[in-house]
Amino acid sequence: MRYLDEFRDPVLAQGILRRIRQTVTRPWRLMEVCGGQTHSIVRNGIDQLLPDRIELIHGPGCPVCVTPLSTIDTALEIAARDNVAFMTYADMLRVPGSSADLSSLKAMGADVRVVASPLEAVSLAESLSGKEIVFLAIGFETTAPASAMAVLQAERRKLNNLSLLVAHVLIPPAMAALLQAEDNRVDAYLAAGHVCTITGMTPYENLVARYRVPVVVTGFEPVDLLAGILSAVQQLESGQCRVDNQYARAVSTEGNTSARAAVERVFEITDREWRGMGVIPSSGLQLRSEYSHFDAERRFGIERRETRSSSRCISGEILRGLRKPTACPEFGIACTPTTPLGATMVSSEGACAAYFKYHRTHAEDKSGEAQP
Amino acid sequence: MSANEKKSTHGSCPLPFNHSDVIRLSHGAGGQMTSNLIRDVILRHFGNPILDKLGDSAELHVQNRRLAFTTDSFVVNPLFFPGGNIGDLAVNGTVNDLAVSGARALYLSIGFIIEEGLAVGEFDTIVETMQRAAGAAGVTIVTGDTKVVDHGKGDKIFINTSGIGVFDHDFILDPRHVEPSDVVIVSGPIGNHGIAVLSKREGFSFGTDVVSDTAPLGGLTEALLRACGNRLRVMRDPTRGGIAASLNEFAERAQVEIELDETSLPIDPPVAGACELLGIDPLHVANEGKLVVIVAAELAEEALAALRELEIGREACVIGRVGGKRAPGRVVLRTLLGVRRVVDPPVGEQLPRIC
Repeated sequence: MRYLDEFRDPVLAQGILRRIRQTVTRPWRLMEVCGGQTHSIVRNGIDQLLPDRIELIHGPGCPVCVTPLSTIDTALEIAARDNVAFMTYADMLRVPGSSADLSSLKAMGADVRVVASPLEAVSLAESLSGKEIVFLAIGFETTAPASAMAVLQAERRKLNNLSLLVAHVLIPPAMAALLQAEDNRVDAYLAAGHVCTITGMTPYENLVARYRVPVVVTGFEPVDLLAGILSAVQQLESGQCRVDNQYARAVSTEGNTSARAAVERVFEITDREWRGMGVIPSSGLQLRSEYSHFDAERRFGIERRETRSSSRCISGEILRGLRKPTACPEFGIACTPTTPLGATMVSSEGACAAYFKYHRTHAEDKSGEAQP
Repeated sequence: MSANEKKSTHGSCPLPFNHSDVIRLSHGAGGQMTSNLIRDVILRHFGNPILDKLGDSAELHVQNRRLAFTTDSFVVNPLFFPGGNIGDLAVNGTVNDLAVSGARALYLSIGFIIEEGLAVGEFDTIVETMQRAAGAAGVTIVTGDTKVVDHGKGDKIFINTSGIGVFDHDFILDPRHVEPSDVVIVSGPIGNHGIAVLSKREGFSFGTDVVSDTAPLGGLTEALLRACGNRLRVMRDPTRGGIAASLNEFAERAQVEIELDETSLPIDPPVAGACELLGIDPLHVANEGKLVVIVAAELAEEALAALRELEIGREACVIGRVGGKRAPGRVVLRTLLGVRRVVDPPVGEQLPRIC
């Protein structure tokens, strides 16, 4: 298939791998920011094919994983109310809150619906005028424009029964926060290609200028990922740092200006808590005051409270790239996709889910070799 | 079945679940949660030597005759989708469960649960489709039942079908007969039914319409039995849970490893594209007119030739092999880049990812 097969070409991939092996002389740690990239890396076995000197660390780019527990609890509180139809993306259904998850609430009779686009919430609000329609708006720069469009359309159609629980977060501030941290392990970033389709390259130029780390805008197929890794290693080995676009078929320098304009019209930047990472300055979006009548927390009079994640779950360290999923004593034992202790095991973008799904054979093969 | 599963099959053990748990959609999705529910509740109460085999059909011995008996319920939404509707699905589903157990399907029963408000015209279309499907599969619908429930108490129409078939041979198909070096064959491109239904339900379009593959498999299974005899180890129609669920079951029962080759998986481009977009593994997507079989290596060519002789088996191909004991009970995929990764059965229902 065009635009897919050529980026999965094994011959091309092996060629880039050879060049990576020829280029690398020292140990480097590259963080792929996006959970979709983590899954592609583990699913295709790219981490197994790289020279030992290159360590891929998995970043916080899983919107489901970084949504704080307090937001999940708020969602559960709203979804449990009578006369509410609660809508969100499918990934959120099984993320455990303090006491339950949306899927179990749905099984008990709550009106919880899965959508592929927030515009479905607008249509539902129009057709069910007697019911409160609430959309849990999560995700990065990629999903925020659709949330903004939903608000703008609801405004145009004068709908007063739609509100949003907004948990949108922004990737570049999180990348900066990781570099500022004392325990930073990142030598270079593979930036999330789809986020860059919206943001363009400018935020990353600023990041490179300030922190002197290479940032390579990278896609999701094996050839994309290997080309991104090669570019990052070439820069590191030659002491350079710049923004390199290895996903030019989708990402332009200026990004999607009309999507950004819609987001800027509806939302403003605010400090936001990330699960496992604490509050990151200027890393979230909230509704501007002129659209605050669409704010679900305000509409339902909900106050955010303190919540504590399971003390057995190390997803915070995993989201910061400090530990690998297999380093968790609960991994694959108490914590599996059927019985997740934290969001990184639930989400289709989560690093723990990726390791559980694809990596066990590798581990077994290794242990098999050690004990013939 | 693993040792753990065996332990809790029959009534003596304490309740393996929490009584305040509720049934969720994932319990019906054909993955791990379905297996748990069957093991922890259904087999705990119903367990008997015939049921415990959990084959596609129960094998019954009646007056020296070997019979196959099976049942299936259909709750698909939407009722009509590209390539079929709930009617032909309900006939083919049961006919195929009989066929893959090695039997020739003969008679069906039909049970309708209809929600008040369903258009009579739609019902007529569904019934007409069922009669046509029964004719194509060579079965007769001999008994049935119709119930109507209040508006809001059903989802337009649910259909249950049960079927009886006979064995025309003495071969025993059983995943436990699978041996190292056996070959895994699929009768054509995978994932079309699941993607056709999902696209219609969610209003997605992927350039060309993906069409359900719903079809009776009796022709294929009989051709395979003729060509391979008792060196045909086992057959399945990989519906819920897809190829991954069927092959994991084989690997588990036979305690062998099954290794698939990613480059040889037959997937139509629109299905591959849709799976990419939705973040779904095509190995997890339901099929309604495909056969996945394991045959002895020396019979692989004969099996392929037998399948390809029929139109619906024209694209049959080898997708993998039964490996050694490196990871018994496990299905692995050799990826395009030559690395091995595990292929699990799906955990719950297939959820499209958000980005």
